[in-house]
Parts: sequence; structure tokens; C-alpha cells
Amino acid sequence: MEALSSFPLELTGPEVPMVRFMNVRKTYGDFVVLDNLNLDIAPGEMVTVIGPSGSGKTTVLRMLMTLETINGGVIYVDGKPLTHMPKNGVLVPADAKYLRKARSSIGMCFQHFNLFPHMTALENCMEGPVQVLGLSRREAKERAEELLSMVGMIEKKDQHPARLSGGQQQRVAIARALAMRPKVMLFDEVTSALDPEVIGEVTNVIQDLVTKHNLTMLMVTHQMGFARDISDRICFFYGGKIEEQDTPEELFANPKSKRTQQFLSAVKAAD
Amino acid sequence: MHWDWQFTAEILPRLLWATLNTLMAAGLGYAIAAVLGLVFAIAQRTPFRPLTVTVRELVEFLRSTPLVLQIFFVYYVGPEYGVSLSPWVAGMIAIGLHYAAYLSEVYRGGIESVPKGQWEACTAINLTTAQTYRRIILPQALPLSVAGMGNYLISIFKDTPMLSVIGVAELMQAATAIGGQNYRYLEPYTIVGVVFLVISLFSAASIRGFEAWIRRKLGMY
Repeated sequence: MEALSSFPLELTGPEVPMVRFMNVRKTYGDFVVLDNLNLDIAPGEMVTVIGPSGSGKTTVLRMLMTLETINGGVIYVDGKPLTHMPKNGVLVPADAKYLRKARSSIGMCFQHFNLFPHMTALENCMEGPVQVLGLSRREAKERAEELLSMVGMIEKKDQHPARLSGGQQQRVAIARALAMRPKVMLFDEVTSALDPEVIGEVTNVIQDLVTKHNLTMLMVTHQMGFARDISDRICFFYGGKIEEQDTPEELFANPKSKRTQQFLSAVKAAD
Repeated sequence: MHWDWQFTAEILPRLLWATLNTLMAAGLGYAIAAVLGLVFAIAQRTPFRPLTVTVRELVEFLRSTPLVLQIFFVYYVGPEYGVSLSPWVAGMIAIGLHYAAYLSEVYRGGIESVPKGQWEACTAINLTTAQTYRRIILPQALPLSVAGMGNYLISIFKDTPMLSVIGVAELMQAATAIGGQNYRYLEPYTIVGVVFLVISLFSAASIRGFEAWIRRKLGMY
């Protein structure tokens, strides 16, 4: 990544998006995962990414969490560059120190929960606030207990992850991410590894977040019904590009692109 | 020649005393190796290439040359560069370095078996690299390393007789000295064998117990 003189050092104006992908490109060797991605997410908006596997949807979330570096373009969060930092009036690739500060407004939940197995549910939720935010153990415990209550896991707070079901682990993982008070939450196929009967307990928690909190959210899911119910906007990815995006009502009822139509009918047939 | 119980009783105190030296040599050498091995393992995972390459080559060198050569090197070559060490210190350094190379591989295996998702979760809650290792990765990697570390504890113990080549008065050297003075080798060397066997068996059992305990303690049943 070279210094990028054509990109603004920060986003200004009346409607600064919470997240902006600007001409973002991601490749693995010769394979282009995402090509010239442009996507804005408004503050408080819930955007869901759908699409066939290999279409680059998870990569979008991973780039935003800085788990993947990008090969072109810039990602902005809350008006400030995330993947780059200003230096001598231009944007240069962010160094580790800058990245650490920049990603503090982003939280993420993973398909396989990734809870820390050697810590209890409560300790999982206290780790970041104590180590990173510098909260006292008492403050962090209060915050963690409040969040575990919110996700319905307070009774299991002293259990290790191995003793919890998948749905329970995912709810703890959501609490752990929220304990860092992110502005943007990312949900990467958070129900894909769950047994069908516990999917509801996780989607209910996310539904709750959408209605009661003003979080900006970006979600990848295969649960089309869930996506339709809670999203403000759906992006259909195909071959590393946004093939089509619209409100859920419009996109599910009147998909315009042929590929979107094919994908949605294939998914419907599978249900 | 048959077994002389009276002679056995006479030499036993001296051999048990030497056993203490052997245990101390193994323990100190192991402590050095355990700490230094972790440093080697983590150094090989930094993004700073000159460091990773240097440490990798050093580990390769230490593992590919005989321990006895390394002991001689530290003890006899050191003074030519103004580093004069007592046999004890030279021996500890050599054995510690040698086993640090092996233990670094054990740690590396342990660290690599921690799932990638754990690192990603650490990034997601924004832990520093140091916090990630200290709080999340090592507590999971070490229980996975305990079995391998235990094997090397027993090996280091069995390698302590090599220190006799530079005159450290460990068990093997004491037995040889007793044999030479009395022209009887059966009893001293048999006792040495029994002592090594007992300590090795005891160590192996303790390591298994420790491994089970640490897994339970970390909630990894």
C-alpha cells in the first residue's frame, strides 16, 4: 500500500457515515477477494451482508476489525481513517499503535465464539475492560454483570465456556464485545455454528440490541428471515462486489439483479 | 563378585549427597532452559525478521551439536575470551542453553496449537501483543506443553552425568570416584542406576499429575 494523496484525511460534512469503505481492494496473491468496494454505513444503521460463499462477505467484516490488511483504498470509521493514518498531509498505512487506537470503536462476534476457555463467562467479559480500558475490577465486574444479565447469562457467569452450550457461549461473546463499548458491532455468521433450537436465543439478543441501542451494526448471516426482520439495508455480495443493495422489503420482494434472484430462490428452495 | 551390603551402606551417604548435586544441576539447568526457551519461542514469532532468523539459527545450532561439546566450549573456550566460569556455572549455562533450544520447540508447538480465533478475539477486544501472550495465549499453550516439557525434564536429569567431564561432583562422578578408590564398581554404579530410575519414575508421575491439575484449574476438561 502506497501513500494515498487522493483520499481525504478525514470525512467532514453534515452526514459523516459511521463506516465508509472507499475503493477498497483485497487480494490473496492473484485472487481478488474484493474489488473496488464502496460502502457507507450510517450511524445507528443495521446492515446485513448476504451472498454465496466465497463472495467476500466475511472479508468485509474482517477488514473492518483489522484482522485483514487491505491492498487498496481506505476504510474510515467515525470520519477518521482506520486502515491508514495521516502523515505529512497524506494517508500512509497505519502502524500498530495507530491501529490499536483506531479499532477501539469496533467490536466483533465470531462464528465460533472464540471465548477464552480458561476464563469464566464473567472473566471473559472483564478482561478487555480491565486490561485495555483500565477499569477497576469492581467497575468491570459491574459492567460485565449488567451485560450478562442483558443477554440472559447472569446465572452462568461463573461457568467456563466448555460448560456452556453454543447459544450460551455466543451470548457471552456478545456481552464480551459490548463491554468494550464499541460504536460499531460486527456479527460474523454468529448463528452458523449453532444447533437450530438455540439460534433463537442469539437472534433475540441481537434483535434487542437493534431496538434498544443506537449501535451501528454490520452482520453476515445465512438466516434470511432474521436478516429481513432486523436490517435497515441488505447488501448482496457476488464475486467480490456488491451486486445489489436495498431495504429488506424491496430486496427480498423485488430483486433486480438476475444473480440476486438466483441466490434468493436457491436459498428459499433449501429452506 | 557378589553384592556387598556393608560396602553399600558405607558409600550410600556419599552417593545420596551427590544425588542432591545432580538434582540441583538438573533443576537449575531446567529453570534456565524453561525461561530461555520461552524467550526463544516468542522471539521467533515477532515480525522483526533479523531477530527471528538469528534465533531460529541459534536454536538449530544448539540442537544439532552435542551437549558435551557445548559444555566443553563454555568451560574451556570461555576463558580465552575472558569469561572464566566455575564448572558449576559453566555447566548450568551449557545445559540450560542446550535444553532451551529443545523447550522452545515444545513451547512453539503449544503456542501454535492455540486456535487462531483466540488471537482474533484478542485483537477484537484490543489487547496488546504482550497482554495477548500473557493473559490469553500462554495460559492455554502451557498446559499443552506440559507433557513435552516433562520429557525434557527427565532427559536433562539423565544428561547431568555429562557435567562430570568438567569436574562437577554430581552422582556419576561420585560413583566413579568411589569405584576407583575401592576397586569395586558393582555397588556404586548399581546405586546410580536405581537412583536415576526412581527419580525418573517419580518425575514422570508428578508431571502427569501436574498436567491433569493444570487442565482442571484452567477449566479445560
